[in-house]
Amino acid sequence: MTILLIYIAIFTISFFVVTKLVQTATRDYTSLKTVTFGDESAVRPNRIAGVISVLTIFVLWGAFTGSKLLPEFMHAPGPFVGETSFTYVAEAEDGSRDDATVSLVVFPRGADVDVEEVPPGDGFAKNDVAKVAQWRSVLIPFDRNDEITKKDGARIVEINGEPVEPGSSVTIPGGKVTLSDKGTPNFEPRTGWQMEPLYLPAPEEVWNRTLRIADEGFRNTTLLGHLGWSLFRVIAGFLCGALLGIPLGYAMGLSNWFRGWFDPIVEFMRPVPPLALIPLVIIWAGIGETGKIILLFLAALWIMAIAARSGVSGVKISKVHAAYSLGASKWQIMRYVIIPNSLPEIFTGARVAMGVCWGTVVAAELVAAEKGAGMMIMVASKFQNTDIVIMGIILIGIIGFGIDMLMRWAERLLVPWKGKG
Amino acid sequence: MRFDLPGGGAVQALKDVSLDLKEGELLSVLGPSGCGKTTLLNIVAGFLAPTEGRMTLNGHEIHGPDAERGMVFQQGALFEWMSVRDNVGFGPSMKGMPKKEKAEIVNHLLDVVGLQDFKEKAVYELSGGMQQRVALARCLANDPDVILMDEPLGALDALTREKMQSLVLKLWKETGKTIILITHSVEEALLLGERLIVMAPRPGRIHKEYRLPFAELGVGQDLREVKKHPEFAERREEILGMIWDMEEEIMGRMEASA
Repeated sequence: MTILLIYIAIFTISFFVVTKLVQTATRDYTSLKTVTFGDESAVRPNRIAGVISVLTIFVLWGAFTGSKLLPEFMHAPGPFVGETSFTYVAEAEDGSRDDATVSLVVFPRGADVDVEEVPPGDGFAKNDVAKVAQWRSVLIPFDRNDEITKKDGARIVEINGEPVEPGSSVTIPGGKVTLSDKGTPNFEPRTGWQMEPLYLPAPEEVWNRTLRIADEGFRNTTLLGHLGWSLFRVIAGFLCGALLGIPLGYAMGLSNWFRGWFDPIVEFMRPVPPLALIPLVIIWAGIGETGKIILLFLAALWIMAIAARSGVSGVKISKVHAAYSLGASKWQIMRYVIIPNSLPEIFTGARVAMGVCWGTVVAAELVAAEKGAGMMIMVASKFQNTDIVIMGIILIGIIGFGIDMLMRWAERLLVPWKGKG
Repeated sequence: MRFDLPGGGAVQALKDVSLDLKEGELLSVLGPSGCGKTTLLNIVAGFLAPTEGRMTLNGHEIHGPDAERGMVFQQGALFEWMSVRDNVGFGPSMKGMPKKEKAEIVNHLLDVVGLQDFKEKAVYELSGGMQQRVALARCLANDPDVILMDEPLGALDALTREKMQSLVLKLWKETGKTIILITHSVEEALLLGERLIVMAPRPGRIHKEYRLPFAELGVGQDLREVKKHPEFAERREEILGMIWDMEEEIMGRMEASA
């Protein structure tokens, strides 16, 4: 909630700052348009907003994880660490009272500390000492060393001068003490606003982990190996799907019989999400490479078939007529008119198919795999290696984005006539 | 020509259309919408099979599309994945003509239609008028006996259109091709048609035929001068009136049946 409010605040403030102050007046044609609200062509992404947006995400990430990349003052309030204490008053059954002090040490997770014994002090209640890790809590068996224990009827009636009874809590420096139903004080150190590394590690930790995994590998396979296997499966499955799907789509676009025969199959299979096929493919082909490639093949096949079919039906009939009246044979019509005319559609289909395949391969690896990006994050999550999970997600995102960019680039290069017919 | 409708009825698109075209004639076909102009052209081109009657060209019957009958479409029939040069050279390429010979034809034709500076451009970089010049050149490169034009200038703006009309006349005279031109512009039909037939709808049939002097007059001359010819205005009014009457009749019939 706090994070959302901060995010909205950054969004709003930077909007006003950038639009009112920083924006220099450009004098190109679009900037002269007076009607911009509703004119989509006049809406251009603000570069500064893009930079701030990405920076904001990293700054928030760093601030709420106590990243060392950020100066101390930008951190969100962190969890309490250090020493604190509270004093309690115990009352024996006979009504006599005595006070004692509990010294507490809160240490960062993963860095265990030894605590020094404290002098027990006088009276029947003796001083105690306890330690607790950040983000954890500890029950303090206050009567362990006391002369009159709980068994003998002793109970805590005051903490730091405030009267307490089971269930009530008292705020002390560095945390909160709650008296449990059985009368034992439970100390929770203040957690602050930062995320526990278990849930969200700091950016530099993810980065360091990436370097380490790139160096040492993960589960007997290098990082590039994992990503490479995922990519290999996607490309192999996609190529198989395209190799069969494109001719199938052409046949459906060119022959009544093929269209009639395959229409029910394609129309039925298209809306089935490839993820729903994972169990069946595992039953049939196991969890090895064959199964994954079959799955990706099925994911790409229908998309490519439909793209090729609509590519064929998108040919303007006047182009086909023109080619015929210029003396082209059926084969020449196919080679020089239908195929080039359907290429833009096929490229669009290929982009969609690659995206779907990439998503499907990660999901399939989550279910069962020995290598691959999906397997990496699944295994890491089982061992609570959140940094590896986040690294995996980022790398999967980058590769998916890269695939799409590559396809767009190839499209521009290979079908420059797209949308200009 | 008669075909069944999906609803169960049938349309008599054309009935008793008889034409004899001599070599080198330029025939323009005019008529209200729905009178079967395009159907007629599609039959002549061989894209549609007639239900009755027959067509012969060069002594043989027409059964399908062939390189002997070239076609110029209204728009969008160029291959945008090829350069201007490849578009014009498409017909010769399909025949497997040697490259050198093909290049000669293509260069010559592109010079004739005034696109000498655009030979290597992509088709989509050209304006509409230029694209139609490419379409004309592409058709001529195949050296057809008959050129069929389906409203080839219909999508052009008025100024470009006049220029293109002169070009069509010039090419007709230079190449001596037989041309059938379908148009919905009365002026264009009068200017370009050595012969002009006006068709009537339901069923599509030849309503009236003219032989006109304007095409001959217009060759190599300013077309605007031809339009000032006293007979031109007279004919135009006559044909416009004819088509108006037909349109009114169609509307009346539709209202009556509604």
